[in-house]
Amino acid sequence: MTSTHEPHTMPEDDLKVFVKGTEYFFLQVTSTRADVSTPFIREATDHVIDDFSAVIGISGSQRGCVYYSAPREMIRELVTHYGETEASDDLYADCVGEIANTISGNAREYLGPGFMISVPVVFRGRADDVRFPHDAPAFVIPITWNGHRSSLILCLKRDEKEMPTFDPEMLKEIAL
Amino acid sequence: MRLLIVDDSNIIRRSIQREIGEGNHEIRMACDGVEALKVFEDFKPDIVTMDITMPNMDGLSCVEHILQKNAQTRILVISALADKGTAVEAVKRGAQGFLLKPFTSETLATEITELFVD
Repeated sequence: MTSTHEPHTMPEDDLKVFVKGTEYFFLQVTSTRADVSTPFIREATDHVIDDFSAVIGISGSQRGCVYYSAPREMIRELVTHYGETEASDDLYADCVGEIANTISGNAREYLGPGFMISVPVVFRGRADDVRFPHDAPAFVIPITWNGHRSSLILCLKRDEKEMPTFDPEMLKEIAL
Repeated sequence: MRLLIVDDSNIIRRSIQREIGEGNHEIRMACDGVEALKVFEDFKPDIVTMDITMPNMDGLSCVEHILQKNAQTRILVISALADKGTAVEAVKRGAQGFLLKPFTSETLATEITELFVD
């Protein structure tokens, strides 16, 4: 993580927006703090995609995507904080979509209305072939909540002249 | 009272429904703005809760369409979009209130109660 903004990396202040947003989400929804660890840049050997994942396409002042990925055991517990007693994969997938949507949408408080978010695309399974934009680093924000680990992954660029080559349609091929 | 809950997230629709409780109220749900308008035609709700970021038709456009059909409809926009301009825009388009996600059950209850008593 760099402290100066270069056009191909994510400013530290922007990373902090998402760290704070993640902490806020878990505290509001579950009344339990999540521990957010130091973000790191994903390497090809890092397996960050878990049982249920959602991706939000970002456009406007920044371009790229925001992923949230979590294990089944964590989401099973998290949905109970929404008052759910039902256990189903559809519900768990919906939940991760809502988490990604909420954290991304909340980021607009600091990043402004130009930070435009798409509807989430959800997918299931620990796919190793999920493609990340190759011309923007993927910052992984590790989250630990109630002993469960999940990840928020940010692939964002501010340099509007050089858009990350990312096709959301690509994800629909592996979405179940 | 008739209430229409519009959100592309099932878990959010269900949590709002649970908070309101069936009681003396009739509740219907829709997963996007297009479905919401179809349900609105038949159901004629008094109150609508409306997400913004949805497929097919976004919530702010849907708010406008609903109020063109019935200007007396009370609408609470519920969204994760946290920039002030979005909340202002929701009210400009005719919503009575704006609730930011993530919400606690207490704040949701307060906002819904205010809609019922307005």
